[in-house]
Amino acid sequence: MLTHEQIERSNFWMIFLIAIVVAVGGIVEIVPLFFQESLTKPVNDKVKPYDALRLAGRDIYIREGCYNCHSQMIRPFRAETERYGHYSVAGEYVYDHPFQWGSKRTGPDLHRVGGRYSDQWHRIHLLNPRDVVPESNMPAYPWLDRPLKDPHIQAKMRALRAVGVPYTDQEINEAPKMLEGKTELEALIAYLQGLGGALKQSR
Amino acid sequence: MNLNNTLDLPAFWSMFVLVVTLVSVVGCAIFLWIQGAAKFKANEVTGHVWDEDLSEYNNPLPNWWRYLFYITVIFGFVYFLLYPGYGGYKGFFNWSMRDQYDMEMKKAEQTYGPKFNQFLKQDVMTVAANPEAREMGQRLFLTYCAQCHGSDAGGGPGFPNLKDGDWLWGGTPEKIKETIVNGRTGVMTPKGVKPDMDAEQVKDVVHYVRSLSGLSNDSARAQRGAELFQQACAACHGADAKGNPDAGYPNLTDKIWLHGSSEAKQIEIVTKGITNQMPAFGEFLGEAKVHLLTAYVWGLGGGQKPAPAAAPVAAEQPAATEQK
Repeated sequence: MLTHEQIERSNFWMIFLIAIVVAVGGIVEIVPLFFQESLTKPVNDKVKPYDALRLAGRDIYIREGCYNCHSQMIRPFRAETERYGHYSVAGEYVYDHPFQWGSKRTGPDLHRVGGRYSDQWHRIHLLNPRDVVPESNMPAYPWLDRPLKDPHIQAKMRALRAVGVPYTDQEINEAPKMLEGKTELEALIAYLQGLGGALKQSR
Repeated sequence: MNLNNTLDLPAFWSMFVLVVTLVSVVGCAIFLWIQGAAKFKANEVTGHVWDEDLSEYNNPLPNWWRYLFYITVIFGFVYFLLYPGYGGYKGFFNWSMRDQYDMEMKKAEQTYGPKFNQFLKQDVMTVAANPEAREMGQRLFLTYCAQCHGSDAGGGPGFPNLKDGDWLWGGTPEKIKETIVNGRTGVMTPKGVKPDMDAEQVKDVVHYVRSLSGLSNDSARAQRGAELFQQACAACHGADAKGNPDAGYPNLTDKIWLHGSSEAKQIEIVTKGITNQMPAFGEFLGEAKVHLLTAYVWGLGGGQKPAPAAAPVAAEQPAATEQK
């Protein structure tokens, strides 16, 4: 039998036993989720992989740090569903790598922002939020109205395919064409307008 | 759609979670018991020495700490019996986050439902006259509508003012409700129906339109533009340029300019066309809230009486059934 002193004085036993203790939580809490279909399969057929433009827009969302102030996770409380729509479920995020749940709401949740405002509203609002919402404390993003450059879009789509997003060869081949002549603003708006349409926006 | 309350954890993994959880909790208890049972000699030191003569007593765990840990272990057992945690076992209370949410919603429906439904039975103009309904409507407006139309409903460039009695899509209760429920999309094609207009001709048309509402204009251009207007614009805006609220074509003869009254802006719009949208809110908000919002917007000062042929109650029913 190992004694306290032996474990304490052996690099091998110390590392090995700590690793086991630390791993237990992860193995019990995380691993079984990989086998739970409600978490790994789209919740319905309205959940679709992001097309090339939305994917590029999503990368702008991440680049600009939108997740620092906006969550994409509506919790099952009435106070949230009245304002944002149906609470979020795991099967809506299956094509998000990584998901953009965020952890802080300086601004409102964006999980069901798709269709809530017109494209034109988003355009004005992103370039200067005060132009439509005088009380807003969101920063302006005037530089977004510039040509979209995303030379790695195909590589990104192939990488996402490798982790399970069902992009077809055709979609990947046509990706650069889809981004042609678009601005970053248009890509970001396309991404936002595509968010959260999978579940009915009412109770 | 897997939104029901069953936990679709496969049996093997459910058992796996159950066993590892139990083993961990029991393991903690056993470990604690062994530590508690160990005999310690008084004044025994661990053998670690720092700073030449600083050594460390090897004392037993303090009892207060050990008993707290036992209580934690017992709490864990009981908690997992009452609430979900042992794999797929749902717990004695059969608690779930979704059930809790449904209960919260049910309770809210019992509290607020009658209030909303009481207004739903009245026609829009009656609701608009009720101060309590107006307050409710205002709160709803500030939550769902103010982002575009402004907190005072005064609108802004591209977003209509709802107080001024000028309506793109009609200001009767029935029309306002239709707009909220289904949304609206207004489309103006570039250069109207005469895509071959050159830049000079566009400018002529713009000057003609400016002359209709008394904006500064060049009368020679306006004169040339009059004829072009009939070819390019009259199909939608009407020969008299008064528009058509049934299809969302704006009146160009009044002094209200949704997108701005500068010559440059107007030339830009005629040249490039414009699409403007009001999103649909019927499905999201549900009948009762839409009704209150309709009454609030109608009562902001610009609401129009329904056409005499259609009594208000009869006029609302189609809109109400449509959204189901």
